[in-house]
Amino acid sequence: MAVLDTFGLLKRKKAVRRPDLATQWQLMWWKFKQHRLAMVGMALLGLFGLCVLFAEAISPYAPGERDTKYVTGSPMMPHFFDAEGNFHLRPFVYARKAERDLVTLRMKSTVDTSQHWEIEFFVRGSPYKLFGLIPMDIHLFGTREGFIHLFGTDFTGLDLFSRTIHACRASLGVAFVGVVISFLLGAAIGGAAGYFGGTLDNIVMRVIEFIRSIPTLPLWLALAAALPREWGALATYLAVTIILSLLGWTWLARTVRSKLLATRHEDFVLAARLSGCSDYRIIRRHLLPSFLSYLIVDTSIAFPEILLAETSLSFLGLGLREPVESWGVLLFAAQSIRSVDQAPWLMIPGIFVIVAVLAFNFVGDGLRDAADPYSR
Amino acid sequence: MIAYLARRLVYMVFTLLAVSVVSFLIVQSAPGDFAEIYAARKAAAGAIISQAEIENLRVSLGLDQPWHIQYWRWISNIVLHNDWGTSWEWKRPVGEVIWERMPLTLGIAFSTLFFMYAISIPVGIYSAVRRYSIGDHAVSIVGYLGLATPNFLLALVLMYLTQKYFGQSVGGLFSPKFQNEPWSWAKLVDLLQHLAVPVIVLGMSGTAFLIRAMRAAVLDELDKMYVLSAKASGLSPMKLLVRYPVRMALNPIASTLGWRLTYVISGAPIVGYVMALPDTGPLFLHSLLDQDMLLAGALIFIYCALTIIGTLVSDLLLVALDPRIRLE
Amino acid sequence: MNAPQPVLDVVDLSIALGQDGARIPITEDVSFSIARGEVLALVGESGSGKSITALALMQLLSRSLFIAKGRIQLRAVDGFEADIAALGRDGKAIEAIRGARMGMIFQEPMSSFSPIHTIGAQIAEVVEIHERVSRQVARARAAELLAKVGIPDPKGALDRYPSEFSGGMRQRAMIARALICSPSLLIADEPTTALDVTIQGQILDLLRKLQHEFGMAILFITHDLGIVAQMADRVAIMYAGRIVESGPVGEMFRQPAHPYTRALLAAVPRLGDLDQRRKIKPIAGSVPNIFDAPSGCRFHPRCPVADPARCASQLPPVHARGAHAVACIHGKTELPA
Repeated sequence: MAVLDTFGLLKRKKAVRRPDLATQWQLMWWKFKQHRLAMVGMALLGLFGLCVLFAEAISPYAPGERDTKYVTGSPMMPHFFDAEGNFHLRPFVYARKAERDLVTLRMKSTVDTSQHWEIEFFVRGSPYKLFGLIPMDIHLFGTREGFIHLFGTDFTGLDLFSRTIHACRASLGVAFVGVVISFLLGAAIGGAAGYFGGTLDNIVMRVIEFIRSIPTLPLWLALAAALPREWGALATYLAVTIILSLLGWTWLARTVRSKLLATRHEDFVLAARLSGCSDYRIIRRHLLPSFLSYLIVDTSIAFPEILLAETSLSFLGLGLREPVESWGVLLFAAQSIRSVDQAPWLMIPGIFVIVAVLAFNFVGDGLRDAADPYSR
Repeated sequence: MIAYLARRLVYMVFTLLAVSVVSFLIVQSAPGDFAEIYAARKAAAGAIISQAEIENLRVSLGLDQPWHIQYWRWISNIVLHNDWGTSWEWKRPVGEVIWERMPLTLGIAFSTLFFMYAISIPVGIYSAVRRYSIGDHAVSIVGYLGLATPNFLLALVLMYLTQKYFGQSVGGLFSPKFQNEPWSWAKLVDLLQHLAVPVIVLGMSGTAFLIRAMRAAVLDELDKMYVLSAKASGLSPMKLLVRYPVRMALNPIASTLGWRLTYVISGAPIVGYVMALPDTGPLFLHSLLDQDMLLAGALIFIYCALTIIGTLVSDLLLVALDPRIRLE
Repeated sequence: MNAPQPVLDVVDLSIALGQDGARIPITEDVSFSIARGEVLALVGESGSGKSITALALMQLLSRSLFIAKGRIQLRAVDGFEADIAALGRDGKAIEAIRGARMGMIFQEPMSSFSPIHTIGAQIAEVVEIHERVSRQVARARAAELLAKVGIPDPKGALDRYPSEFSGGMRQRAMIARALICSPSLLIADEPTTALDVTIQGQILDLLRKLQHEFGMAILFITHDLGIVAQMADRVAIMYAGRIVESGPVGEMFRQPAHPYTRALLAAVPRLGDLDQRRKIKPIAGSVPNIFDAPSGCRFHPRCPVADPARCASQLPPVHARGAHAVACIHGKTELPA
């Protein structure tokens, strides 16, 4: 009902809002919608979702495809206007020519503004399997002649754009699985502490305080460093995910516990009990709605934290490793100031990290506001 | 009050104990023990070491004992003899290696803390009072970015930019020309310039967080009944703001000092590593990568101990600020 | 000679809530006046707009509320005169009135003091702001006032924190804070609602005693008719943002003219009810909320004597006889002669 009515109100934009009649979820949706940044965050997350699903189709090259003609190449900007100022409906990139530098004797490429490589959409390229099932070879964009490396290439000629798009999977995947694990841990441990109370509650609270009072990143680093080197990429992937979620559950556990303790003795719960509600109904209709929103908020906060931790770990070479690709793994190539100086575009995956974290923070903020719809 | 302090102190001792166990377990968790790694290193260097020699080494180091006896030996040596073991990467006592670099780590950590609070308190108040103004929006945009940017990336970008546009080396603590100079005013300025980047990098996310916390705390207090009743007594807006909401909002901010220190200590190794500072950061990461576990364990222990002491200090600060706790 | 002019004249005061550019009226055309040394009780159910009216009198409305129209003429005993509605929320002019010429005590003595400052500092502060005296003098005055409101060991109490005081003691301290600059008008917004019944009586006694001593006027806001009978000289009844009836307490209680006032009085339990088998009559329905206030007379959907043809479409006419006024179509016949 509430959902239907919510959308009804969406259409009747001019309708006067009646906070006195609205359901809690309605109020929360209104509040969330008011938070423009949160809506932007949702849109960005949607884009990331597309990248995760259709990485192969969006990227013009396979992540392992080396372009020997364009090694350590700088990003290629798409243009609509050529050097003479003429407008082209179809965007293009300027051609690159490989030359040997007469001083350093290294190959380097120069921009040739006289020649355009036109960008085409839905072109055929290297074959792949969509969702790992459907064989396809259509790519969102590409060029018929020459090549296109929007973000440039690394020291071995890999296309940074394709790799960054593919890296969405590992980066967001680790964060997602990590959040799910810490959510379960937090809900179970916090729930047990809040429900049973007493000694268990005391112990859990002390452990949480302890974990919070120690610097987690060095601990993560040390745990990750302790992983056996001979483990495969997948095993390391799983282990890193578990390590990250191991220390991220404390916030959630605390929220669950305190909300459980607080609401158990609330008048409205007592009133529900007195009017003959079953325990199940009390939990489902009264307790859960009163703190579910807080759980969602805490989860949205844990997400960027885990994402950032994974990126830092991988950047230092202690987290995920090739051939698994995450934004942190890609940034590993930009570890020294020397490589950054030579190829500053290697830092581009970092922008993706920032945007992803921003999007989650925006959504989290919107949720936090919405979770308390009666506040200002 | 005294009971509270006593409780805090006892709690701190127990936490330190727990931390030392965790640090030791991490030392232990590395694959292979010291004797094996030692043998492998020797073998790599061309020397041949027999299984019997490894066993001998193991017995002489007590590595054949169960972990709790080893732990006891490790912690009692630290506490009683200030003996942290030997780093075989550096071939020197761990304590010596650490203490030569610790002052810089501490210096950066405390400068960062100071920087964070000095910036965030006034900016947070401004943002709360001028809510939804252009300034408030600007602050929150910068704040969002600060929270979202990983430390190391910010360090890389700042280093890249300063190198590119100012032609200044940012790694390390001194410009090359001051490296071996005696102390002078110019050298001090040079040091501060070099310290600024790591302090900003380390303090960025913490500052952003504190600004938001301060803003929220002030906004929270602004709606309180006592603010209205003080206003009804004729206080001017400025006096009202400083005397009541701001003063109240400082309590939760001060109480997070311990956590902020935890964050700073947490981020310091990576920033130190990326910026090649001669502090404990690179030391820590190299010890992890090379599995120099005695050194790594000692550093984890010290990092944790620092934050635990920081938490105690912030608790004491809160007691000083808030009579409600004092009276309990 | 004319009688001295009233301390406070409120004329057609309307307060509105601004939301998404829309204007939702909270109170409309509220008018009343308070003479020197008089106690006026403003009575209404929660949500009737009485507390908001009190806040508006000192320009203390929250940001989303504003005075849409009307005059709030203050004539303080020291000769100071101003239209508070025209002063604006901030600035020296209104600050010089707050705490000095008008004092206010609030419903929640528990939260009306900052928990981290001493009681003494928070009371002495008021004197320091308004009278430019030294801290020593201000503290001495604060101790004097604390003694007057009946706080034992007033000197020692100066350095105690609010959490060390009981609710009743805090309300006494609050009264001391409101009265320390001898204001011409004290606004008391349900000052006893949050207190135990025995403490309530003590605080009311104290207020009456202090009123005799200081000679200030009191605007007493309450929903408790028992307190009104005990405290007030005159009473104004508010319903859904409008004053429906006002007059001297005795006459209003004996011969209420407005159906709402009658219903209110019938809903109050009295001693002796059991003997006389009188039944308490609750008022049917509930106070309308601000988002859909009924048209015409706000009370007509709950009114037993409403004339649907007239009451729903037009504002009820105001009839007055002497000091007794009522806004009702039956006003003329119902007013006592």
